[in-house]
Amino acid sequence: MRSVAFRLLLVLVVCAASLGTVRAAGETIIVQSTTSTANSGLYEHLLPLFWADTGITAYVVAVGTGQALRNARNGDGDVVLVHAREAEEQFVTEGFGVERHDVMANDFVIVGPPTDRARILGLASAAEALTRIARSKARFVSRGDDSGTHKRELALWQTTGIDPSAASGTWYRETGSGMGATLNVAVGMAAYVLTDRGTWISFGNKADFMVLVEGDPDLFNPYGVILVNPTLHPHVNAAAGQRFIDWLVSARGQEAIADYRVHGQQLFFPNAEPRVEQ
Amino acid sequence: MHDLDAALGLALTLVVTADADLLEIVGLSMTVSMTALALSCAIAMPFGALLGTCRFPGRGAVVVALNAMMGLPPVVVGLLVYLLLSNAGPLGFLHLLYTPGAMIIAQTVLITPIVAALTRQAIEDLHTEYAEQFRSLAVPGHVAIAALLWDGRWSLLTVALAGFGRAISEVGAVIIVGGNINHLTRVMTTAIALETSKGDLAMALALGLVLMTLALVVNALVFAVRHQTERHAHA
Repeated sequence: MRSVAFRLLLVLVVCAASLGTVRAAGETIIVQSTTSTANSGLYEHLLPLFWADTGITAYVVAVGTGQALRNARNGDGDVVLVHAREAEEQFVTEGFGVERHDVMANDFVIVGPPTDRARILGLASAAEALTRIARSKARFVSRGDDSGTHKRELALWQTTGIDPSAASGTWYRETGSGMGATLNVAVGMAAYVLTDRGTWISFGNKADFMVLVEGDPDLFNPYGVILVNPTLHPHVNAAAGQRFIDWLVSARGQEAIADYRVHGQQLFFPNAEPRVEQ
Repeated sequence: MHDLDAALGLALTLVVTADADLLEIVGLSMTVSMTALALSCAIAMPFGALLGTCRFPGRGAVVVALNAMMGLPPVVVGLLVYLLLSNAGPLGFLHLLYTPGAMIIAQTVLITPIVAALTRQAIEDLHTEYAEQFRSLAVPGHVAIAALLWDGRWSLLTVALAGFGRAISEVGAVIIVGGNINHLTRVMTTAIALETSKGDLAMALALGLVLMTLALVVNALVFAVRHQTERHAHA
């Protein structure tokens, strides 16, 4: 009986392995990225262009920035494209990534229902808006998932001196989910929420929600791209991964990013440092 | 409920126009879940039958443990398989993470306890009926198990359908080990999760309707096969 079980296990592994090789057709890389970029549809626009230029297929795994960096630490991915500058720099400093490159940016906005209980419409300061929300105990939905957006939200709370986690479960509600799922929750409970503008513009279930606070320099949202360190994880496809990064920051990649529109609006603004084209 | 109407219309449009992306996703869903089902039946049915017919010390504990494992949370299975297959994990050298292979392994782990536990019960019930006959004819153990599996085949088909239903409908495990990668590891349930998070609720629901229809078709086919076979048997 044991030998039968062993043979079955062998069959299982062989079957799985044969299906695993599906990916091997042509050069491929895995990009660990964020729900905010994937949900906006940016990759459906960029990746075919990248493929046409290089013949490399980039596969995107969309998770929160925190999880993307953790997966990359395990060597599960060739490139990370995320938005949490401090965490990215730490990732590189600790030797998990090779170098961080600026690639694009957009901004965060605070959206909410038009009733605007906390009266934050048009405020120039995000911190002031959060303070008013906390004071009026109006519902606020947080990502609560260690994502780039969540990290930024916590940083904003820190500048207000308010600790919202004390109110968790009352007016402050943590979903622990992606950006889109969190927006669904906010719309469902008529709550305020911090979101990146890209996801917001392309989000399909806005109901009567509107952008209430925008334009604060503290809401700037830069994205960085990093090659996973191939000396640490030898199977990393460093050559193809580097080509992806080079392409993104090249004039052509930057133009492709700027060209991406949803409902006529530009979602991401390229901001790579100009470099001499090779 | 505007989204409900829109979903119904969308689902019909997707099916009628044989949308290429939809076919790809449906195809992968079926391939992954059917392969996982075949593997788990091959492992779990003999095991379940053995457990249903043999008596040994500690058998009760095994049965209880097996029954409890029917409640394995898919997300936990996904996490365990991720940790195993991660490049930093013990099976990282297989490079299976973010492939359909990884999804098959995760679903196999998820439904094997279900198939084994239900098989054990079905075979045990049948065995109580047959035990005396087997004894009087001095039928060897492995022949008895084969006979029980064959005679219980219609019950076991329902067992397999239960396993299939669990596999095709779960999202927690495949989204972690597959990564929901477009044109590579995107299946029905992860596509539904994605459309929901995009706020495209009508599309999400439309995909849900297609998935339920798919399950209905599979079950109807199985029913038809059984019906036909029995008619022939009695003819």
